[in-house]
Amino acid sequence: MDKTVSILICGVGGQGILLASEVISGVCLKAGYDVRQSEVHGMAQRGGSVISHIRFGGKVYSPLIDPGTADFVVSFELLETLRYMHFAHEGSTFITNTQRILPVAVASGAVDYPKDILVRLRALPVQVIALDAFSEAKALGDARMVNMILVGALSELLPFGGELWREVLERRLPAKILPANMKAFDVGRAFVKKK
Amino acid sequence: MKEKDTVGASIVLSGNEAIAQGAYEAGVAVASGYPGTPSSEILAELSRYGGIYTEWAPNEKVALEVVLGASFAGTRAMATMKHVGLNVAADPLFTAAYTGVLGGLVIVNADDPDMHSSQNEQDNRHYALAAKLPMLEPSDAAEAKLFLKQAFHYSELFDTPVILRVTTRVCHVRGIVKIESRETLSITPGIQRMPEKFVMLPGNARKRRRDMELRIQQLKKHAETCPENRIEWGDKKRGFITSGISYLYVKEAFPEASILKLGMVWPLPDDLIKKFAGSIDEVIVVEELDPYLETHVRALGVSCKGKELISPVGELSAASVRKAVLGPVGQQSIFDAVPLPQRPPTLCPGCPHRALFYVLSKLDVFVTGDIGCYTLGALPPLSAMDTCVCMGAGIGNAHGIEKALGVENTIGKVVAVIGDSTFFHSGITGLVNIVYNKGCSTVIVLDNRTTGMTGHQHHPSTGRTISGEKTKEIDIAALCSALGVEHVVTVNPNDLEKTEAVIRLEVNRREPSVVIAQAPCVLLPDMKALASGTRVISRTENCKGCKACLRLGCPAIEWLPWSDEQIPQGSKQKGISCINASLCYGCGQCAVLCKFGAITRTEAIDG
Repeated sequence: MDKTVSILICGVGGQGILLASEVISGVCLKAGYDVRQSEVHGMAQRGGSVISHIRFGGKVYSPLIDPGTADFVVSFELLETLRYMHFAHEGSTFITNTQRILPVAVASGAVDYPKDILVRLRALPVQVIALDAFSEAKALGDARMVNMILVGALSELLPFGGELWREVLERRLPAKILPANMKAFDVGRAFVKKK
Repeated sequence: MKEKDTVGASIVLSGNEAIAQGAYEAGVAVASGYPGTPSSEILAELSRYGGIYTEWAPNEKVALEVVLGASFAGTRAMATMKHVGLNVAADPLFTAAYTGVLGGLVIVNADDPDMHSSQNEQDNRHYALAAKLPMLEPSDAAEAKLFLKQAFHYSELFDTPVILRVTTRVCHVRGIVKIESRETLSITPGIQRMPEKFVMLPGNARKRRRDMELRIQQLKKHAETCPENRIEWGDKKRGFITSGISYLYVKEAFPEASILKLGMVWPLPDDLIKKFAGSIDEVIVVEELDPYLETHVRALGVSCKGKELISPVGELSAASVRKAVLGPVGQQSIFDAVPLPQRPPTLCPGCPHRALFYVLSKLDVFVTGDIGCYTLGALPPLSAMDTCVCMGAGIGNAHGIEKALGVENTIGKVVAVIGDSTFFHSGITGLVNIVYNKGCSTVIVLDNRTTGMTGHQHHPSTGRTISGEKTKEIDIAALCSALGVEHVVTVNPNDLEKTEAVIRLEVNRREPSVVIAQAPCVLLPDMKALASGTRVISRTENCKGCKACLRLGCPAIEWLPWSDEQIPQGSKQKGISCINASLCYGCGQCAVLCKFGAITRTEAIDG
C-alpha cells in the first residue's frame, strides 16, 4: 500500500484515546508499514477535547492529518465527532460512539448540546457506523473499555488480520485486564462485521 | 524496572521514549530534570531502565547544575526540561558553555509551538546562538535517538555542552525506532582538579572565552559536512531550507522539491547554505516560530522567502505550508463548520482545587496565580485566578501589588496561590522576599501531594523519589515556619466552611501567612481506591433549581432544563440539577452547597 491511510481519533481527555492509538500504530508496524502517530499531553488532556492522528503507509512524512484527508474518523464522543468532521473527505468512514459527555458549559445549562448529530452525519457522503460503546463496555464490567470496543470496530475495516491485533493487545495490556479488554475488542469487531 | 527491548528490533516509540532509549544507548550515567510538557516522559521513562541514576530536581537550574557536576566527574549526563525551563536554567547554561565538559553533556530542551500546555511559545533556538552552544534538531523519534547519541559524541569531541532541541510534535509523535546496544565508554570517571577549566574566575573565564572562539570555528567547519545537515536534491525551481518537524511538513507538501535539511541549527553551515541556494531558483525557508534560520540565510546575502509566507505563530502543517507557498488550492471541505460548545480542559470531578477556588471566588479576592492544573481555576464558572505568568510568579505578584497600592488598599483583597511542586520549584524565594521585606501577603499552597498536570511526578514533599523509593518528605509547613512565617495553617479544601473561615482570617492579617490547602489529587492510585466507597446521591425531588451546585463547574453536575410544559404553574424553577454517576468521584463538595437535601453523600471519604 503506497497510499498513506489517515485515521483521526477524537474524544474527551480520560477516555483512553492514547492507549487506543498506541495499539493501532503497533499493529501498523507489525503489518510492515511505516507509521506515525501524534497526540497531545499535559493541560490539553484534562477533560478537554483530545485528538490523535495516525498515518500509515509505505513511507509517511507528516505526523499530522490535514483537514479533508482523514480516511477514518473514530470518535469516542458524539459532539466531538461533529467538532472534527472537517478532517474527513467524501467517502470517509466515521465510527462514532453515541455516548454524550457534556462539556461544562452544557452541564451548567449555559448552552445546549447540539441536536441531531447522527442525522447530520448521515446526510453526508460518508459511511457512518454508530454504536453505544459506553453501554457495551459497562455491560462487560468496565466503562473504561470504550476504547477497546472502538478499536475492535476499526480493526474490522483495516487490512490487518485479527491475530495481529490480538498479538499487539497481549503485548501492550497488563495481564490483569487483558481478557476483559480482549472481549471488548471482539464486541466492537463483531458489531462492524454484522453490518 | 523496564523490560529491555531486543537489540536490532524495530518498535514504535514516541520521541520522548526514543530519547530515553538513546540516553540508555549512549551510556548516560546521570540524568536530572523537572517535569514540563512536552518533555516530562523522557526522564520518567529513563528511570525505568536499570543502572542509570535519574532524579526529579526541584527545578531546571538545579537539574542542569547536577548534570554539569556529573560531567565534571567524567560521566555522560543529561538534563531534560521544557522550553520555559531553560529560562530557569539559563544561568548555569551560559557559563557551562565556558567550562565545557569532561563526560558528554546534553540538555534536552522541548519547545511547545502553539502552546498546547504552556504559557508562551518562545523559540529556544535563540539560546544556542546566545550561549554559543551547538544545537541539534531532529524531525522524528528515530532521529531524536540518533541525534541524542551524536550530541554526546560532539559534546566530548568539541568539549562543550550540546542542546538537543525537540518540539511537541517530535516529543509526542510515535514512529518506528530501531533498538541498538548500549555503548561502552572510554572515559574513566573520577574527581579531577582542573581549575583553569572549572573555576570561572575572570582570569580563567577570559582564557576559556578565547578557547570558545576556537571551538566555534571548529564546529562551523564541522557543520558543513556533518551528517545531520544534508541536501536532498530534487526539482531545482523551488528549494526549501528547513529543520526539525517542519522538514516533514515540507516533504509531505512538496515531495519533489529540493531540500536543505538542517539537523545542526547552531552553528549553521554557511557554505552549504550558499551552495544549495546557488542551484535553486526560488529559496523558501520553512520553520516554526521565529525567522531564526531565515535571518541567518538573509545575512549571508542569499535571497529567500520566509516569514512573509510562513506564519511565525503556532504550529505548521503540510496543509499550511502548501497553502503558504501555492495559495489556497484544492476543494473546499464538504463539511460546513458549525458553531459548537467548546470543550476546554477542566478540573477533574472531585478535584480538591475546585473547592479552594470556589471559596476564593466567593470571597472575591484578587488571586495571583501560577502554573499547574490549578491554573484551570481561572476558567468559568470559578473564574478565580487573575494572573498567571510563570512558575513562582504568583507570590512575587501578590507582594508587588501590596507594595504598589499600600497595605491599606490590599489587605483582605489579594492572595497568591501556588502548587506544591511549584512551591519547591520557585516559590520559596518569593516567600523569603515577603518575610524579609515586611510584606503581609497570604500564600495558599495547593498541596495535592503530586505534580499533577504533567502526569503525577514525585517532588520533594511526596516522600518518594522518581523511581518510587522512600525518601525524606520535606514538610512544607515546617519549611514556611522556618522562613519566619508565623501563621501557617493546614486545611482540607474539601471542608468548604473551614477553608473559607481560615482564608478570611489569614488574608486580613497584617503579617505574612501561608495556608496549605492539602488534599491529594483524586487521580492518584490510592485516591481512586478510596473513592470507590463514596457516593453522592441526587434526590432530584428535593431540587429547587437554585443552581448553587453549578457554581462549582463540576463536569459531573448536569443541569436538566424543564420544557415549558414541565414547569409548574407560577413556578420560577426552570429545571433540576442531577449528578452524573459515571463521572462523579464522590468528593461531596456539592452536597455541602445544597441547602435543600437534593444532594447527599452516603459515606465520608475518610470514613
